[in-house]
Amino acid sequence: MTIRFVLMVNKQGQTRLAQYYEYLTLEERRALEGEIVRKCLARTEQQCSFVEHRNYKVVYRRYASLFFLVGVDNDENELAILEFIHLLVETMDHHFGNVCELDIMFHLEKAHFMLEEMVMNGCIVETSKSNILTPIQLME
Amino acid sequence: MALSGMRGLSVFISDIRNCQNKDQERLRVDKELGNIRTRIKNDKGLSPYEKKKYVWKMLYIYMLGYDVDFGHMEAVSLISAPKYPEKQVGYIVTSCLLNENHDFLRLAINAVRNDIIGRNETFQCLALTMVGNIGGREFAESLAPDVQKLIISSSCRPLVRKKAALCLLRLYRKNPDVVNVDGWADRMAQLLDERDLGVLTASMSLLVALVSNYHEAYWSSLPKCVKILERLARNQDIPQEYTYYGIPSPWLQVKTMRALQYFPTVEDPNTRRSLFDVLQRILMGTDVVKNVNKNNASHAVLFEALSLVMHLDAEKEMMSQCVALLGKFIAVREPNIRYLGLENMTRMMLVTDVQDIIKRHQAQVITSLKDPDISIRRRALDLLYGMCDVSNAKDIVEELLQYLSTSEFAMREELSLKAAILAEKFAPDLSWYVDVILQLIDKAGDFISDDIWFRVVQFITNNEDLQPYAAAKAREYLDKPAIHETMVKVSAYLLGEYGHLLARRPGCSPKEIFNVIHEKLPTVSMWTIPILLSTYAKILMHTQPPDPELQKQIWSIFQKFESCIDVEIQQRAVEYFALSSKGAALADILAEMPKFPERQSTLIKKAEDIESDTAEQSAIKLRSQQQASNALVMTDQRPANGTPPAAPLSLVKIPSMENKEEQHSEDRGLNQENGALTIVDPQPHPSEDLLGDLLGPTAIAGHSGAVQSDHNSLSGLEGIPDAAAIVPIEGHMNAVQPIGNIDERFRTLCAKDSGVLYEDPNIQIGVKAEWRAHQGRLVLFLGNKNTSPLASVQAVILPPTHLKMELSLVPETIPPRAQVQCPLEVVNLRPSRDVAVLDFSYNFGTLVNVKLRLPAVLNKFLQPLSLTPEEFFPQWRSLSGPPLKLQEVVRGVRPLPLVEMTNLFNSLRLMVCPALDPNPNNLVVSTTFYSETTRAMLCLVRIETDPADRTQLRMTVASGDPTLTFELKEFIKEQLVDIPVMSAAPVAPSEAPPRNPVLPSDDPAAILADLL
Repeated sequence: MTIRFVLMVNKQGQTRLAQYYEYLTLEERRALEGEIVRKCLARTEQQCSFVEHRNYKVVYRRYASLFFLVGVDNDENELAILEFIHLLVETMDHHFGNVCELDIMFHLEKAHFMLEEMVMNGCIVETSKSNILTPIQLME
Repeated sequence: MALSGMRGLSVFISDIRNCQNKDQERLRVDKELGNIRTRIKNDKGLSPYEKKKYVWKMLYIYMLGYDVDFGHMEAVSLISAPKYPEKQVGYIVTSCLLNENHDFLRLAINAVRNDIIGRNETFQCLALTMVGNIGGREFAESLAPDVQKLIISSSCRPLVRKKAALCLLRLYRKNPDVVNVDGWADRMAQLLDERDLGVLTASMSLLVALVSNYHEAYWSSLPKCVKILERLARNQDIPQEYTYYGIPSPWLQVKTMRALQYFPTVEDPNTRRSLFDVLQRILMGTDVVKNVNKNNASHAVLFEALSLVMHLDAEKEMMSQCVALLGKFIAVREPNIRYLGLENMTRMMLVTDVQDIIKRHQAQVITSLKDPDISIRRRALDLLYGMCDVSNAKDIVEELLQYLSTSEFAMREELSLKAAILAEKFAPDLSWYVDVILQLIDKAGDFISDDIWFRVVQFITNNEDLQPYAAAKAREYLDKPAIHETMVKVSAYLLGEYGHLLARRPGCSPKEIFNVIHEKLPTVSMWTIPILLSTYAKILMHTQPPDPELQKQIWSIFQKFESCIDVEIQQRAVEYFALSSKGAALADILAEMPKFPERQSTLIKKAEDIESDTAEQSAIKLRSQQQASNALVMTDQRPANGTPPAAPLSLVKIPSMENKEEQHSEDRGLNQENGALTIVDPQPHPSEDLLGDLLGPTAIAGHSGAVQSDHNSLSGLEGIPDAAAIVPIEGHMNAVQPIGNIDERFRTLCAKDSGVLYEDPNIQIGVKAEWRAHQGRLVLFLGNKNTSPLASVQAVILPPTHLKMELSLVPETIPPRAQVQCPLEVVNLRPSRDVAVLDFSYNFGTLVNVKLRLPAVLNKFLQPLSLTPEEFFPQWRSLSGPPLKLQEVVRGVRPLPLVEMTNLFNSLRLMVCPALDPNPNNLVVSTTFYSETTRAMLCLVRIETDPADRTQLRMTVASGDPTLTFELKEFIKEQLVDIPVMSAAPVAPSEAPPRNPVLPSDDPAAILADLL
C-alpha cells in the first residue's frame, strides 16, 4: 500500500515535476510517463479518476492546465489518494497563493520540499498544512 | 525571487519553456550540460551557491528525460555542507538522482550519520528523509539502531520522530535481516499511544509493514489501533489542522483500518464491540454531500471500513448492509463511486455468505460493462467474471460475447480469455462450449491465443458425441465470406478429423468440404498451410471408395508444395504424397487422433499468471487464500451433494496437436512444456532387485475398480490394532522378519521413483511412481514369493491431511508366485512434510502386519528449475525476510563432499544452479513446488558450507509461501542431518510449522502427529 510516484504534467504532456519512490531507469521513466500521460490526458470529465496501468493504478486530478498523477499499488485506497492530491494543491495554494504551472516550474525546489514533507518512502507522512510549510519558511 | 535567487537557473528554465520543439530543447539542454561540465571540471573550488545552482539545473534536465551522467559527486558533496540551504539541496537532489546502489552514496554515509545523531533537528529531518527514500543495505547496517532510538526518544520532537519511523520502515523492508526488530512489539504499542497525529500517521505505516510480516508479535497494538480509530471517528481531541473538510484526518483513519486488516481476527470481545460500533457508525453515517472534497474524503473512509468489515467476518446482517451500500454505489452517476463500488463488490465475492445477494445486482453490472469509461468497464468485467457460476454462465458469457464486438482493442484479449475460461468452467452442455469458443474465434480471432483453440479441439477429440456437431459448426463458419485465420485452422482441423461424419449432409461431401477449405488457402499464412495439407490428406484417406478426380486435385497440391521454401510444408507435402499412394498404410498413419490425457487447463493457469502481485501481500489476498484452502478441506472430506461445486470441464492441455504441428508450436515459442509432456519415459527404471523384472513396464491400466478408500476417516484409524507403533512394527509381533532395512529403503525411494519398499520371506512390495506437478500416481506391486496363496491381504492408506490419496481395490488373496498391481492416486493439497503410511497386513500361517511410510514426500512435488543470475537475484531479493525467507545454521550434518551434496540435491529435484554463487563453497538451488493451494511456486535455497567443518552449514530457504518455506527448510534439514538408521521412528516433525491452521482433533493427521 504505497505511492510509487507523483507526477505533475501540463496539458501538452510536459513533465513539470517528477518524484519516484521506487528506482526506475531513465528509459523506464520516459516510457512510463509517455504511456500514462497519454492515457490520462485523453480522458473526459465524466470518466472516473482512476486508470489501471500495468500492475498498478494511477489516480489523477486536473487543475486548470496542470495534471497531478499519482501511481499507487492496486490495493491502495483510491479516494484517499485523490484527496491527498487536493491537499497537496491546497498546500501549494497556501504558499504561492493560487498555484499555477509557472509557480511549479520556477520554484521547483519549493514544490519538491513540500512534497517531501508530505510523502516519504511512498507513505503519507504529514497532512497538516502548517507543519508541512514550516521548513520552507525556514529556508526563506 | 525564483529558486531562492538563482538567476541563471530561471533564465535556463525560461529558455526551455520558450523552445518551440523537442530539437530546440535538446540543443539548449546539451549546451547547458556542456556548460556545467566545464565549470565542474575547470574550477576546483565551486562556491556553494554555484554548486547549488548547477545541481538544480541537473535535476531539472533529468526530469525532462535527459541523461545526466556526471555531477553526482557535486550533489552528494552538498550533503556535508554546513549551511541549511546547501544541505537541503544536497539531500533532495541526491535522493532524486541516485539510487540505493550508487557508489557515491557510500561516500555520504558518515555525513548522513553525523546529521542523524547530531543535535540539529532540521538536519536530522533531511537526513532521515533521504535515507528513508533511497537508503540501502549499508545505511541499514550503520544507521538502523540510531534511527530506532530516535523514534522512541522522549527528547525528540514529533517532526523528527515521524520521519525516523518511515526511515526505519524502509530500512526494515529492504533489509529485514539487518534490522533487528526484536522487542519492537512493545515499542510499537507504546508508539501508538502518541497524541501527535503526524507521528501516528507515520507509525501506522510502520505498523502495517511489521504486522504484514509477522502479526503474532503485534497483538498488543490491536486495541491501540481501535482506540485511535474511535478517537478519530468521534472527533475527540483532533486539532483543526488535522481536520480535512470537517473530517478528522481521513488518511490516518484509512491507514488505521488497513493495519487492522492484517490481524486475522479481533478476539477480545470488548475491543471487537468497540470496533464494530465505530464501523457501524461509518457505514450508516456517511451521507452524500455537495462538496466534492468532503464527499471523497468521507467515502475514502467508508470504503476502507467496508474492506475491514469484510475482513472481520461480521454477522451476515452487517455484510448484507455492505452489499446494499455497494449496490447503491454501482448505480450512482458519480464515476469514481461507481468504479469503487464495482471494485469492492468484486472483493466482496470472496465472502461466501453474501454471494447470492451480490448476484442480484447482475443486471446493473452488465449495464456497467457498457459504461463509457474503460476503467469502469474493466471493473465490471472482473466482477462478472467473479460472480459467474453454473446458474448464470450462459447469460454472462453471452453478454461478454456481445460486448466483444464493440469493446476496444485494449480489452479484447482479457475479455476473450475470460469468456473462454467461464465457458469451460461452467458449461451447462458441451455443444454450448463449442459454440462459444467458435464465436470467440469468429469475433476476436486476433485475440484468441493458440491455447484457446487447442483446448476446444482437445475437448472435441475426447468427446465422441460432440464430433459431428463440431464438424457441422466448422462447416457453417467456412461459408462465411471472410473468416479469421484461426477459424480456418480450427475448421480445417475439425473437418479433417471428423468431416467424414457429415458425409450424408448436403454440402458436406468430401469434395465439397475440400473445395470450401481449399478456397481459403490463398488467404492464409505459412503457419496454417501445414494444417490444411494434413486436412487434405485426411479427406483423401476418408474418401472411400476413392474419388480419382479429388485424388488428382489433392496430389497436384502436394506436388506443388514439394518445392516449397518452408521446410515444414515441404516435408508434409512430400510425405503425404508418398503415403497417399500406399493405400492401407495411409489409413493407419492418418487414423483419428487418440484421446488426450486429462490435465489442468492452461487457460486457467494463464489467467492466474496474469494476476500480478504487489509488493505487499494484502490482507484480502491472504484471506482469499485461506478461504480457498478451507474450501479444499471441505470438499476433501466429503464431496458436496446436491449442487456440486462446478468442476471445470475435464479437458486438457494438448500435448501436441500432431507430431508435426508440434514443431510449429515450438517455432513460435508456444507451449514448450507440451513437448516435455510427451516425453514421459515409458520404460521401467532399471531395478537391481530380484523382482525388478517382474515389475514390468507400468502400462498402468485404467482404474475401473478404483474406489475411494474410506479409511481416511477416523473410524479406519481406530480399527488398527496398536496404532501407537506406527512405523515398522518390530519382530516381537510379527513372526516374519523383514529383509533389508525398511528405513533405508524408504530413504532411497525418496530420491528415486521406483524400487522395493518392503520385503520379507513371503512378499515383496515394489513401488513405481510418476509425478506431475501436484499430482502423482504410485503403483504398488504386491508380489507373492511363495508357492501357496497369501490370504487376508489388506492395504489401508493413512494419508496426512495435505494429501488426497485414493488406492484402488486390493484383492484379498494373492495367488502363488503372482504379482498384483494397485495404483494409488495422489494429489498434493499444500506444503507439508508429513508422511503417508501404508498399513499392510496378510496372513501366511500367522498374521503379519507392517506399517510402511510411503515415498509420497515433499520433494516429489518439486520440479527442478534452472535459473540464470538475472532471473535468480531479483526473485531472491524480493523474498525478503521471515516468514518467506528463513535462515538457519544446521549442525550435525552428515559430512559430504560438495559434489555429493550437489548430487543429493539434484536427486531430490532441488536443482543446483552452478556458478550462481561466487563462493565455490556455496550451493544455490532452485526448484518449483506444486500443490493445489500454492499452485506452482518458486523455491530458492542457498547453502553456505564451511570447508573447515563439513558437519555444519548455513541454509537459507525462500519461497512465496510461509508454510512452504518452513516445510522445505525442515525437509532439507532432514535430508542433510545424519539420522541413526537404526531408529525405528520416522523423522518426526519436532517443531510445529508457523501459522499452520490448528488441526482439528479428529483429524487423522493430527492423531498421527501425536502418535509420532
